[in-house]
Amino acid sequence: MSSTDSVELSASSAAFSPDNPAPVIEPPRARTKRTPRVTRTNFELYGWLFMRLSGIVLVVLVLGHLLIQLVLDGGVTKVGFAFVAGRWASPFWQGWDLIMLWLAMLHGGNGLRTVINDYAERANTRFWLKTLLFTATAFTILLGTLVIFTFDPNIR
Amino acid sequence: MSTPTLEKHSDALDAAESGASHLITVTLRIRRFNSEVSDEANWIDYQLDIDPKERVLDALHKVKWEIDGTLTFRRSCAHGICGSDAMRINGRNRLACKTLIKDINPEKPITVEPIKGLTVLKDLVVDMDPFFQAYRDVMPFLITKGNEPTRERLQSPEDRERFDDTTKCILCAACTSSCPVFWNDGQYFGPAAIVNAHRFIFDSRDEGGEQRLEILNDKDGVWRCRTTFNCTDACPRGIEVTKAIQEVKRALITRRF
Repeated sequence: MSSTDSVELSASSAAFSPDNPAPVIEPPRARTKRTPRVTRTNFELYGWLFMRLSGIVLVVLVLGHLLIQLVLDGGVTKVGFAFVAGRWASPFWQGWDLIMLWLAMLHGGNGLRTVINDYAERANTRFWLKTLLFTATAFTILLGTLVIFTFDPNIR
Repeated sequence: MSTPTLEKHSDALDAAESGASHLITVTLRIRRFNSEVSDEANWIDYQLDIDPKERVLDALHKVKWEIDGTLTFRRSCAHGICGSDAMRINGRNRLACKTLIKDINPEKPITVEPIKGLTVLKDLVVDMDPFFQAYRDVMPFLITKGNEPTRERLQSPEDRERFDDTTKCILCAACTSSCPVFWNDGQYFGPAAIVNAHRFIFDSRDEGGEQRLEILNDKDGVWRCRTTFNCTDACPRGIEVTKAIQEVKRALITRRF
């Protein structure tokens, strides 16, 4: 029985002593008395439920979309201005694309929000990442909705 | 008269000596931290001869008692009930008192480090305050309304069975400190607190379930669980922790709709 080595002091840390202990590193956002009490809402519950339900709907919408765009009727080569114009002449496909746009953007946006919550360590980083995410999501949804409803096949 | 005793004694001694040949040499690689010496933690190797059927806790005792008395770690009962000696052994959260040397490949150095996500105070001792704060927040005690009954509160075996799994928790923090969400965000209640809330939410005698569900419906409550099953893997008591968390989620959903 023998110990191979004992604690060796490196030059940088040798200055610490019982009177001058090294700083203790706090864990990220430990619960303290100053931690603000959160307001109790059902937002996270609805967010969680929305992810499950929209996921199921998106499987049908996205796979159907990919099948129509890439596989049926000659595949991707048929997709052009005229093809889109023809599809959006029907309220059914307008509705399909509108629902798909909203669900996919909100589903992906909420997913990224949880990723930011899980991985961003500082409150400031979180805030700005979420602001950026919200802006990008809102912009894409609004622009897409505008295009679907104001699409003019006789443009140019 | 004294001869048989002597013979017996030498037999016992022989047995002990032949037993000595079962000893193997293991290397214990312990993550040492002492804020009075250094602000950095170091891996220190200790070599010792030990029976492979002994536990990691016995090896730690050997180090502390015979090699280096400055080694600091928590242990109370040493039999897997008090939950004091949860630590990260070979990269997994386990109780040192329930892990046999022979089960964790003694040919390679055995790494022992403090559980993650909580402040290390010294060597293997961490600050458990955030962990117990989350535990206190879910109100882990019986809440009832009305007058106290004159006899005990009766419960059917089926009603008792409903939450039997979560009564096994020993609050060792192995699950909470294996949770990646807790590692990054100490505000999350963590699996252990949810398990102990589950124990009362599904108790037919308890009437505070609504309050506890409301607490766990919080921003940092059950909805932060990513079902990575680290907690179920880490639990030294074999509690299906992730299942318990999912049951609380389901209770929240069915309560709302």
